[in-house]
Amino acid sequence: MTARTLLGLLVAGLVLAALAALPLFAGPYAVTLMIGMTGYVVLATAWGLFSGPTRYVSLATVAFFGIGAYTVGVFSETLPYPLVLLVAALIGLAVALVVGLSTLRLAGVYFVIFTFGLAELIRQLVTWYEVNVTGTLGRYIFLPVTPEGIYWQLLALAAATFLFSWGIGRTRWGLALKVIGDDEVVASHCGIDITRLKLALFAVSAVIITLVGAIQAPRWTYIEPSIAFNPTISFLTLIMALLGGADRLWGPLLGAIPLFLLFEWLSANFPNHYPIILGLVFIAIVFLLPKGVLAAVESRLRKGGAR
Amino acid sequence: MKSLQRRHVLRVMAAASALLATGIAPGALAQDRTSVKIGYAISKTGPNAGGAGITTLPNYQLWVKDVNDAGGLELPDGRKLPIEVIEYDDRSASEELVRAVERLATQDEADFILAPWGTGFNLAAAPLFDRYGYPQLAVSSVTDKAPDFVKRWKRSFWMLGGGHDYAGALAGLIKKAAADGTLNTKVAMISVADGFGIDLVTAARPAFAEAGIELVYDKTYPVGTSDFTPMINEAKASGADSFVAFSYPPDTFALTQQSQVADFNPKLLYLGVGTGFPVYGKNNGDNATGIMSLGGIDPANEANAAYRKRHEEVTGQGPDYWGSVITYASLQMLQEAIKRKGLDREAVSAELSAGTFQTVLGETKMEDNQLRTLWWTGQWQNGQFVGIAPADRAGASQPILPRQAWKK
Repeated sequence: MTARTLLGLLVAGLVLAALAALPLFAGPYAVTLMIGMTGYVVLATAWGLFSGPTRYVSLATVAFFGIGAYTVGVFSETLPYPLVLLVAALIGLAVALVVGLSTLRLAGVYFVIFTFGLAELIRQLVTWYEVNVTGTLGRYIFLPVTPEGIYWQLLALAAATFLFSWGIGRTRWGLALKVIGDDEVVASHCGIDITRLKLALFAVSAVIITLVGAIQAPRWTYIEPSIAFNPTISFLTLIMALLGGADRLWGPLLGAIPLFLLFEWLSANFPNHYPIILGLVFIAIVFLLPKGVLAAVESRLRKGGAR
Repeated sequence: MKSLQRRHVLRVMAAASALLATGIAPGALAQDRTSVKIGYAISKTGPNAGGAGITTLPNYQLWVKDVNDAGGLELPDGRKLPIEVIEYDDRSASEELVRAVERLATQDEADFILAPWGTGFNLAAAPLFDRYGYPQLAVSSVTDKAPDFVKRWKRSFWMLGGGHDYAGALAGLIKKAAADGTLNTKVAMISVADGFGIDLVTAARPAFAEAGIELVYDKTYPVGTSDFTPMINEAKASGADSFVAFSYPPDTFALTQQSQVADFNPKLLYLGVGTGFPVYGKNNGDNATGIMSLGGIDPANEANAAYRKRHEEVTGQGPDYWGSVITYASLQMLQEAIKRKGLDREAVSAELSAGTFQTVLGETKMEDNQLRTLWWTGQWQNGQFVGIAPADRAGASQPILPRQAWKK
């Protein structure tokens, strides 16, 4: 078992090294593609980290993503870059704790609606602050970060996310999370501190999402609330994680990569029909693969084996 | 799918002919070119689609049609090459735009890329235009920072002025009318709490103060507000002769209707984006007369009148009275610069920066990579939205003050 784990880690390390070397021989467009793809892989995996085991469908992705982007917009002139990322992570953490404490007792559709509202609430708060206090809405980000630099940061964040996600699966917390996902009442009767565990996971997931926003923001040069808090990001993350299977380590990855490439191909070749096709894809995923690709493949295999 | 294959084949052919050309006849490659690739990414869906679909996209389509109907883009050696358009939808998302522009530059190898719609999006695209050496003719972006941007991105051109220009012109107008005794020096002002409104209002407050104008009412409202009655009533009670609203199109239309209902008749009525839409004049008919806003045209300019007529015929909708004509003029400048310098982007950028061009605006020239000959304030007069400030510019109309009361 340990030998297998070591081998797995070695392979993962090699893949990571190969991906990191990509910008050295691929063109700028490949780097752009990889930035978008890695960004969504991290978002979907971080989303799955919390929502997979607990089955809380969160639409707050863009709230944290936007917080990250905006923090960079506010502090990029005054603080050194690593410190900006740290501040972004801390703000994301603080918001996640406040939000988590007040809402993780909600369940089901109430939680979905709340998280959707949260993104809009934060956007309106930022707008209100900018209008009434600073008197400007747009913020400029002039950071000397190259696309390669952004790509490498995202890759490192992806590696850290996977490592965390993989690590937590083999601890008592991981087991506890599975119990919570299956039946909260049973979990609480087993003596699991449900709320604290959910809160911790929600916070970690939120911090990772915040960092994705912070890392990607320098690519846009200029941000305003409507740019940073674009709700499409929440929906795309959700559908990617669902396609792959949110409750598995590699599920969101397997959802994010094909969907991202599909969207890219669609927007390059069918720019005028994109929204229609996107809607059809969403419907198809929900109807045909409700538990995700991985689960579908597994059940197919199991059926085949039984015969 | 078909176009993809064709593009692929074309690329292979181009590569093959390049190989042949280097071996056999250097320079033969340029002769093999059959079209000029012009690419753009624009918001066809999402929240920005409304603005892009009025000011920018119809003009891109009109220009491509005009050029191709005339046989194509003329090059310095007199040849004409048709335009091949590559169009992407950025879906009103910055990240999509960045990727689309990168795709245009590196995958499609577009000869020229047209600017996206909106201040934020032009800024998001600017570093890419700069890195790949494309001139960027940014029309639909109102920014006071253009002089800084020009230093940062040498091939960027900013063509719609900044908030200070528009606010300063309005302040000057009110000051002069107050000195004549037409208006009192009190102004009631409301503004939308979003990019445009904030830019303008932060420029207007100091400009009014400097002109000795008293701001007796100053409120912002969130995007999507539909009931303006409380604000209208308070402005009415404030004793101001002038009412200024830096509003978005839906607000502009709502304010017009609700002011009529409330019988609110300020002597000077200034509304924001949307006032210059042709449909605004059509909907309000005679009641539009006297209403002021940003932009305007010179009614005596025949080239502009011909352009407006053709725009309506070809695209099925009239151009707005602010950014539309500038967008078309920016394309004519690009066309003329290509005719003078060919497809060398560096030379075309230098020509755009230094040259003088004959466009639908008349004689057009950049100053420090910015278009500064603009109408800062316009007013509806006789069914047209005409430029009234700067008053010393040739073709300026006389402002009608005080404006007539609503006719019911």
